[in-house]
Amino acid sequence: MKIVDPAPAEIAGLAERYPEFLRPRLKTRIAPAATAAAILGLFVFGLVYLDFSPARLLDGLVALARFAALMVPPSPEGHFLLFAQSLAETLAIALLGTLTASILAFPFGLAGARNVVANPIIHFLVRRVLDIIRSVDTLVWALLWIAVVGLGPFAGVLAIASSDLGALGKLFAETLETGDARALEGVRAAGGARVQGVRFGILPQALPVLAGQALYFFESNTRSATIIGIVGAGGVGLHLYEAIRTLEWREVSFIVLMILVAVAIIDFGSSRLRAAMGAKSAG
Amino acid sequence: MPGASPSAIVVLPEERRLALQRSYARAGAAGRVKGLVVFAALLIAVAIAVRVAEIDPATFWRKIGGFTSYVDRIATLDSGQRVWTNPIEWFWGLRRWLRLLGETLLTSYVGTLWGAAAAFILCFAASANTCQSAALRFCAKRFLEFCRTVPAIVFALVFVVAFGLGPLPGVLALAVHTVGTLGKLFSEVVENADMKPMEGVKASGATLVEIIRFGVLPQILSNFATYTLLRFEINVREATVMGFVGAGGIGDEFLIAIRSFYYSDISAILVLIILTVFIIDLSTEQLRRRFLSDRVK
Repeated sequence: MKIVDPAPAEIAGLAERYPEFLRPRLKTRIAPAATAAAILGLFVFGLVYLDFSPARLLDGLVALARFAALMVPPSPEGHFLLFAQSLAETLAIALLGTLTASILAFPFGLAGARNVVANPIIHFLVRRVLDIIRSVDTLVWALLWIAVVGLGPFAGVLAIASSDLGALGKLFAETLETGDARALEGVRAAGGARVQGVRFGILPQALPVLAGQALYFFESNTRSATIIGIVGAGGVGLHLYEAIRTLEWREVSFIVLMILVAVAIIDFGSSRLRAAMGAKSAG
Repeated sequence: MPGASPSAIVVLPEERRLALQRSYARAGAAGRVKGLVVFAALLIAVAIAVRVAEIDPATFWRKIGGFTSYVDRIATLDSGQRVWTNPIEWFWGLRRWLRLLGETLLTSYVGTLWGAAAAFILCFAASANTCQSAALRFCAKRFLEFCRTVPAIVFALVFVVAFGLGPLPGVLALAVHTVGTLGKLFSEVVENADMKPMEGVKASGATLVEIIRFGVLPQILSNFATYTLLRFEINVREATVMGFVGAGGIGDEFLIAIRSFYYSDISAILVLIILTVFIIDLSTEQLRRRFLSDRVK
């Protein structure tokens, strides 16, 4: 088959019928190029403003390569028990923090869900409070809690709990809202009060999902809990910080490996658990 | 209450009602036993965790009062007034803090863009439909996993030693972590892309780059942009703490305020951080909406 070029007259006709394809307007032609230029321009400005220079990058990369060479073989240098203990502390912080956050987030989720609390003012206020809590990073919370309760894992638990309260509360509220409304209507139609409607109409379908979300947060919190030790809120992060500051690179690589293995194990176990729960709630 | 029911409702005979009630109770009991087992397991785990982390619940109640007094202190100026009565004194360092916040935003912008660009290249190597070599795919995937699992602040710690203090190690740390998270999301998008356009372009004799440019990119670009914007939001939050380890931005100033007990500065910087994150979240949400509406058209 041969592809035939359209006759000039036909092209004119086509152009008249489909102006957006054959004669794109100036705006649609310029807009992508202008956006790309703006994005790139800001990027280059950022590089200059933030003091990037090829020499500095090269020096740093050479130093990094040297550190990487010093990292093999990973070795605890006789501190294995100490590291293992603080890793266990990290997991404990993640568990307690997530649990506290879930328990606290539950009433927030209920108050923030439109189908549970109909009052728009309460709904709005709860959502904004959760937004504020969420916009502060876990490490900032850790510093604040250290100032209140002192150094140690206790501050870490509170830091994880408070930063997760914002995220989980929002997630819980959204989950409760997206549930099937017919169950709630059924309970109400049978003469159930509003509280009974929530208890028998909304919660049974939402609870497994909420539990899955809490479990997922526990998974990601094992990662966050490894770093709060950097500011002194307990866990393995403190030793990692110390090892990097004293340039004990073999310890650094050992601790990072320990963290990776622990995170992989928790991920595996919790995704199995979540799959089991999902299968149950689906069946 | 079978006897008291209004006549319109049909009441089951007593024996059938009892049978139903019994089976309902049985069904409930099975669930309750399961629930109790899970609850017991959780309690044991919590008990172990409390031992390991050496947390005394009694201390909690003793120290929780410290929280309210702390809030009270950070809401009070040196002159003894409440902070909101004198915003000029409260935000005395506004110009400096805004400059540092700008540095933080720029750090997350450059880091996100850099990471997204690297993730964009790597994601094709990690996707089964664009990369034939299983070995290359395996390496790309493990690399992305490593970048994702090691927290950005840990990269920042190492980079501060290698590159020196300042925002540069912060940018690189965010970029590396972003490569890991975005690379995974991107490669999932690519793997879920429709194969037909790719095959069409390939059938007309295109090279791999051309296949990606004309067969894959048009399908995935808006998804990529959405994910990158979401990551930018997260990176803004992360960039606020980069200063804790000496990697630039507002975090350094916040750490100093906390360590030196400049109470009203703590609250002022917190307010600025929260406002910045709010503004960024709202504006990226607008942008994301626009991408989505573009795609619908």
